Amino acid sequence: METELLRWIVLLPLLGFFAGVFAARTNRPELARFTGPAVVLAAFVVVLISVGRLWSLPADGALVDKMFTWIEAGPLSIDFTFRIDRLTSVMLLIITGVGSLIHLYSLGYMDHEPDVARFFAYLNLFVSSMLILVLADSLPVLFIGWEGVGLCSYLLIGFWYKDMNNADAGQKAMIANRVGDAAFLIGMFLLFWSLAQVGTASLNLQSINEQAPLLAEKLPWVPTVVCLLLLIGATGKSAQIPLYVWLPDAMAGPTPVSALIHAATMVTAGVYMIARLSFLYVEAPGAMDVVATIGALTCLFAATMAIVQDDLKKVLAYSTVSQIGYMILGVGVGAFAAGIFHLMMHAFFKALLFLCAGAVMHALHGEIRMSHMGGLGSKMPITAKTFLIAAMAIAGVPGFAAFFSKDMILEAAFVSGHTLQWALGLIGAGFTGFYVFRGYFRTFTGESRLDPEVAAHVHEMPRVMTVPLMILAVLSIVGGWIGLPFGLLWGDAIGHYLSPSLATPHGHHGHPTTGTLLFLMTLATAVALFGIWWAWTLYAKSPQLLETVYARTRGVYTVLWNRYWVDELYDTLIVDPYKRTSRFFWKGVDAVFIDGLVNGVGAVVTWNAGVWRRLQSGNVSHYALGMLAGAVLLAGATWLVLQN
Amino acid sequence: MTEHYLVLAAILFAIGGLGVLIRRNVIVILMSVELMLNAVNVTFVALARQHGSMDGQVIVFFVLTVAAAEVAVGLAIILMNFAQRKTINADEIRLLRG
Amino acid sequence: MTLFWILACVTIPAALTVILHRNPVYSALALVFTLFQVAIMFVALDAHLIAFLQIIIYAGAIVVLILFAIMLLSLEPEEPGDGRSSLRAAGWGAAALLGLELVAIAAVFPDTPAAEKPLPEGYGSVAKIAERLFTTHLLPFELTSVLLLVAVVGAVVMARRRTGP
Repeated sequence: METELLRWIVLLPLLGFFAGVFAARTNRPELARFTGPAVVLAAFVVVLISVGRLWSLPADGALVDKMFTWIEAGPLSIDFTFRIDRLTSVMLLIITGVGSLIHLYSLGYMDHEPDVARFFAYLNLFVSSMLILVLADSLPVLFIGWEGVGLCSYLLIGFWYKDMNNADAGQKAMIANRVGDAAFLIGMFLLFWSLAQVGTASLNLQSINEQAPLLAEKLPWVPTVVCLLLLIGATGKSAQIPLYVWLPDAMAGPTPVSALIHAATMVTAGVYMIARLSFLYVEAPGAMDVVATIGALTCLFAATMAIVQDDLKKVLAYSTVSQIGYMILGVGVGAFAAGIFHLMMHAFFKALLFLCAGAVMHALHGEIRMSHMGGLGSKMPITAKTFLIAAMAIAGVPGFAAFFSKDMILEAAFVSGHTLQWALGLIGAGFTGFYVFRGYFRTFTGESRLDPEVAAHVHEMPRVMTVPLMILAVLSIVGGWIGLPFGLLWGDAIGHYLSPSLATPHGHHGHPTTGTLLFLMTLATAVALFGIWWAWTLYAKSPQLLETVYARTRGVYTVLWNRYWVDELYDTLIVDPYKRTSRFFWKGVDAVFIDGLVNGVGAVVTWNAGVWRRLQSGNVSHYALGMLAGAVLLAGATWLVLQN
Repeated sequence: MTEHYLVLAAILFAIGGLGVLIRRNVIVILMSVELMLNAVNVTFVALARQHGSMDGQVIVFFVLTVAAAEVAVGLAIILMNFAQRKTINADEIRLLRG
Repeated sequence: MTLFWILACVTIPAALTVILHRNPVYSALALVFTLFQVAIMFVALDAHLIAFLQIIIYAGAIVVLILFAIMLLSLEPEEPGDGRSSLRAAGWGAAALLGLELVAIAAVFPDTPAAEKPLPEGYGSVAKIAERLFTTHLLPFELTSVLLLVAVVGAVVMARRRTGP
């Protein structure tokens, strides 16, 4: 169905960006404080209207808004078109809905920030880029959004750029993303080229999905290679192994940024992209196995690092990496709907966790180390309660959000035969419960380890910040109820809702027995509850045990504390040789060779001029000699001519 | 017959040119230039006679006039230069040195 | 013909004296002598008016001017060792070469078919030259007068500069 409504979803936040720039330039922060949240709320309203219209269409219907023809170059024709189908609708609601809440929260969080106009400008630009990404009808347009969110991530991580650490963190994010983006581009090119060989050359997403089986038949290696390349791109954007290293550092940015970008939206772009191209991925089972393995490995790997962090935001950062691992695992085993389901749940509880952390940090004037917290629950009751709800959601306590989504993923993994990945995910669930409740207990309960003068000023946040927390808390509880197992009530509503947009993998196993499902569910819940219990024991009930545990696990602890020395490894293997090469090209080639060449030309010219300058002696006799010499030559020539 | 005069004129011209190059005294250089001019005049007249035309002689008429003017101005310059620099040595006049 | 050879044998040494003698006064005198020889050459070539003018202008005016200048400057005879030897050698070489070439050219200069064409009536006379000057070559004639004016003004201006206000 054609409509001109969709463009406003993107244009409104974009207008907000320009307003923010204007406000920053003309030093009118109040303007940005109004437009920043307003445009996102307006976009949310437009999204609601659009989704309402979408629901009036049949199951596989879509809203389309073609804005203009972007590229017409031989066989390549790309229109700048926005398209909403059911998958898009879910993403849009998350981005604009959770986005609005975070914008409102930011009004309170950034109230002492002089540069707030620039902040909202960047935040709005981010939202519009992310919306372009999910609304895109073709890969290049998607890539515009993809790059746009990468840029905004860089800008926002390094928001307080005067501190070199923040700037470095932003740069690290950009570079890691870039590596992924390069792979993404190559994948896109390969896809186009191969489609030109076997079918219709097009980068339109519908067209790609439709031609996927044809491609698999004629050029069987292409889907696998393309999917792997796109996966590398996804690991950059969604912070999976091997390109996750930027996300922990990204905590240098303001906390609302962490909540919006590094929890709810940008980092989920990779998952969305794979789900969007699900029809292509199901034609490449080998690639899907790789996807699932990377997801599972990352899930456990990151969870192990989360359990030893002192910085509360870093715990949440590693948690994000780990949870996205679940999503990637989900789409890797063919449970695309489950992956998206978890994406949505994660947006709720992770954003909530980050916003709570931000509230704590704001109350403690910048302190974020849990070793300097404790007992904040009494002073910040709303924050503490909502954090607890989010913690229960993420851990997978039955009835709360992730209980349903995580379960669906693990179930799909087990049933499709990916037992190893299932096991990794299961253990990861245990770690999840542990680290998140460790966070809760260390921050909000127990004795206060606060700095005395900080402790005196601790108070709960204003309503503009606590109301979003409460809304997200409610969503963290009821959100999961859209995907009920065993066909209870409305059953797997989310799965049914999304199925027209998503593919089913080949060789899909039939429905497992209720008994198997119940067993898996119980196992997962048990593991999660064990993690929670262990955290409670160590950090709430018997803190004295910490010493014993620590003494016994020194070696392991060191490895985890140093994050497996991955950053150091990258430095040695990649960054240092690169720097050495650059230095060589700078000092060796540029300074010596090229400058030598250029300066050499100048030197030769100067030398030459010096030689010829001696001709200008000022002595008339010399000049006369010259003239006579010329006359001699002329006379000679004349004589020669006369001879003939 | 004409060629004889032409050869003579050529020799005179070469002698004049030699004088210009060898001598340091600017007045002698000027005299050498006059010698060259005279050689040219001889050439013109000889050729005019060969062709029976008056035009060669008219040219010589003009050369004579211009040479007179030129000597006048040239000597004025030399005298001015001498007044400034007390020298008529061509080697020591090097203001146009590059 | 004999006239020619006498002239040649007299003129060339005189010319050499002009350029080679150390004393500039002797050079000037040799120059006068040379100019007289040239005037005689003009007579032999039936250019009577030109011969007159040669003597009047060259020998009468120009050389006198030169002598004035020489006397005014009270010049010392020039030292023979003056000037760089490389330049002198180059000068000798170039001049010699030029002389050879010009002689060669002169020697092969094409003759008109009738070597001794009968000369027209009044060739070389005042009337004939005047006829040319006032008809075909009127413009150069007028311009020459302007040139002379310029030369006179220039010489006067230059002489005046020192004693100006």
